[in-house]
Amino acid sequence: MSALPNVAIEGIAFWHTRLPGWEIARAVICGEQGPPEAAAPRPTPNLLAPTERRRAPDTVALALEVAARACEAAERSPAQVQSVFASTYGDLGISDYMCATLAATPTLISPTKFHNSVHNAAAGYWSIGTASHTPYTAISAYRYSFASAVLEAATQVVCDGQPVVCVAFDVESKGPFGTVAPSRGLLGVALVLAPPRNDSQRTLALRVEQGSAAEITPARSRAAALVAENALAPCLPLFEALAHSTPASVVLALSDHCLLRASITAARPSASSLPR
Amino acid sequence: MSTLKFRPLRVTAYTVCTAAGTGRAATLRALAERHSGLTRNDFGPSPLATWIGRVPGLEDEPLPARWAEWECRNNRLAWRGLVADDFVAAVAAARERHGAERIAVVIGTSTASIGASEDAYRRLEPDGRYPADLRRPIVHTPHSLGDFVQHALELRGMAVTVATACSSSAKVFGQAERLIRAGLADAAVVGGVDTLCGSTLFGFNSLELIASERCRPFDVARRGINIGEAAGFALLERAAEEGAWLLGYGESSDAHHMSTPHPEGTGARRALQDALATAQLMPASIEYINLHGTASSKNDEVEARLVAELFPAQTFASSTKGWTGHTLGAAGIVEAAITLIALEHGLLPGTLNTEQLDPVCGPQIRRENEQRRMQRALSFSFGFGGSNCVLAFGRGDPG
Repeated sequence: MSALPNVAIEGIAFWHTRLPGWEIARAVICGEQGPPEAAAPRPTPNLLAPTERRRAPDTVALALEVAARACEAAERSPAQVQSVFASTYGDLGISDYMCATLAATPTLISPTKFHNSVHNAAAGYWSIGTASHTPYTAISAYRYSFASAVLEAATQVVCDGQPVVCVAFDVESKGPFGTVAPSRGLLGVALVLAPPRNDSQRTLALRVEQGSAAEITPARSRAAALVAENALAPCLPLFEALAHSTPASVVLALSDHCLLRASITAARPSASSLPR
Repeated sequence: MSTLKFRPLRVTAYTVCTAAGTGRAATLRALAERHSGLTRNDFGPSPLATWIGRVPGLEDEPLPARWAEWECRNNRLAWRGLVADDFVAAVAAARERHGAERIAVVIGTSTASIGASEDAYRRLEPDGRYPADLRRPIVHTPHSLGDFVQHALELRGMAVTVATACSSSAKVFGQAERLIRAGLADAAVVGGVDTLCGSTLFGFNSLELIASERCRPFDVARRGINIGEAAGFALLERAAEEGAWLLGYGESSDAHHMSTPHPEGTGARRALQDALATAQLMPASIEYINLHGTASSKNDEVEARLVAELFPAQTFASSTKGWTGHTLGAAGIVEAAITLIALEHGLLPGTLNTEQLDPVCGPQIRRENEQRRMQRALSFSFGFGGSNCVLAFGRGDPG
């Protein structure tokens, strides 16, 4: 149907409550080690000023962690990188607070909680924390949020010729929201995509196709069960492919009728997909 | 990798629905007659003392039964917008031309159908579950709107909801243009919908940004915003014979504060410069600007300084929030549509309700309407989280 030119994969980041960091996630996916027994505490958003760091919602802490790690792996200054943020549900903790407070005492809504309730809160804090004036966007496409974000990020690379960090995250649902928007644990991922600079870089080729759910690549690794209950779990097959150094092709659902075929070239020994 | 060059797109159909009117003709009439859609706030169980831009009659207009899964005020307003000006028919014709899988849906909103979740929390069952009529997961997600629009228009391509607060439905033009430029779609339905809900009314109230009177953009004594609700849509196509042009756009971030604009308008200036650069236009060739002009103290001050500094005196600039209220995530498409109406009919709307312009305003910012044929116009959208977007539209030869 339609395909984008190859883009380079310059940096990878992954953070889940039981797989805190790409190095651990990659090793668990490849069967080199088991997951840590205990859940990790949420990452600290060191990019933010101390007062904001403490008050930052989970979505912001998670998104800033993976965005920063991916830029580090890419050896890119975050201020020079455009960004695409995506989440299935946004901040379910704040949504629960807003709805519960509105039902009981609407005039007592906290102004800070309100401005943190916008879907672009993580993107906004990222731009503030990195002093970046480059454009960001914040999108949602329900269970297709991650695939939509990767496609938008790669499209920006192709159209603008600039590096783009693609960030996706979902957090634990809270209160009555949990009955209609179920999600467990924290899961955040990020990729820095950029115009290819040389032949040794690992690349990603994206193709949009019509197709059925039967063609979607299932998650197969030991990480699958750990992240299955998080709303962002559909991203995992791509990271399973990235964890191995061999070429791979993964099919993600992009909409009710469209598939996103992501073909990854082999990693070279110096490639950025290896832990640093 | 060489970058793909921007080429102007045609706006082959568009529509808008606000408190000031449903559809383009009613909107043009309200603009020409300077008839505001703002009314005293009567929304919800304990309304704040403010004015709102409420679209009348939505309470009595349930969605057609086949879309009961998406039932909520926000999608009702989306449907009101989609049937206005026969937009559904225009998309059906485009479906014939391009195929349902080649038309992308890129739609903006700030709060989607959070009003349905607020309603559920007011009517929880004793065991904490949602009431039975609201156990429909899709309406409790930010993508409720994009998903509904795709189904209602019977499209089979990709569908994305952009949620960057008040720049949402301006940024959709950029994302859709990139999809078309990269060959991933032949056409795109863009637009946005936001509806009145407790989250925004009480949220903006908590930030002390809500005016107890009719909003007065750029007035020296302005006291804050009025929240409005609206729907608007546009169909973008590359190969088409008619329609105004999307000539360019610029996007940027303030990197300053979550709910206050950068004091020097650094991000806004960058978005403006990028929009002018892609459109290959100089400030002197801009005849009309639909400003963000929310009537908040800070926004209007920063925006007025920027316009005074960069544009010649003959550029006509105004805010139309006095007609519609601030429609938040829908503001981008509402004001894009008003800009397109202004281009089509040569009616430049002034700034309603404003009595005495703030001295910071240059001669560009006008209170009174003017009739003037013109070719080149901009629309500004600036949002929470420092997200800025400027759109450039034109008639005639795109240059």
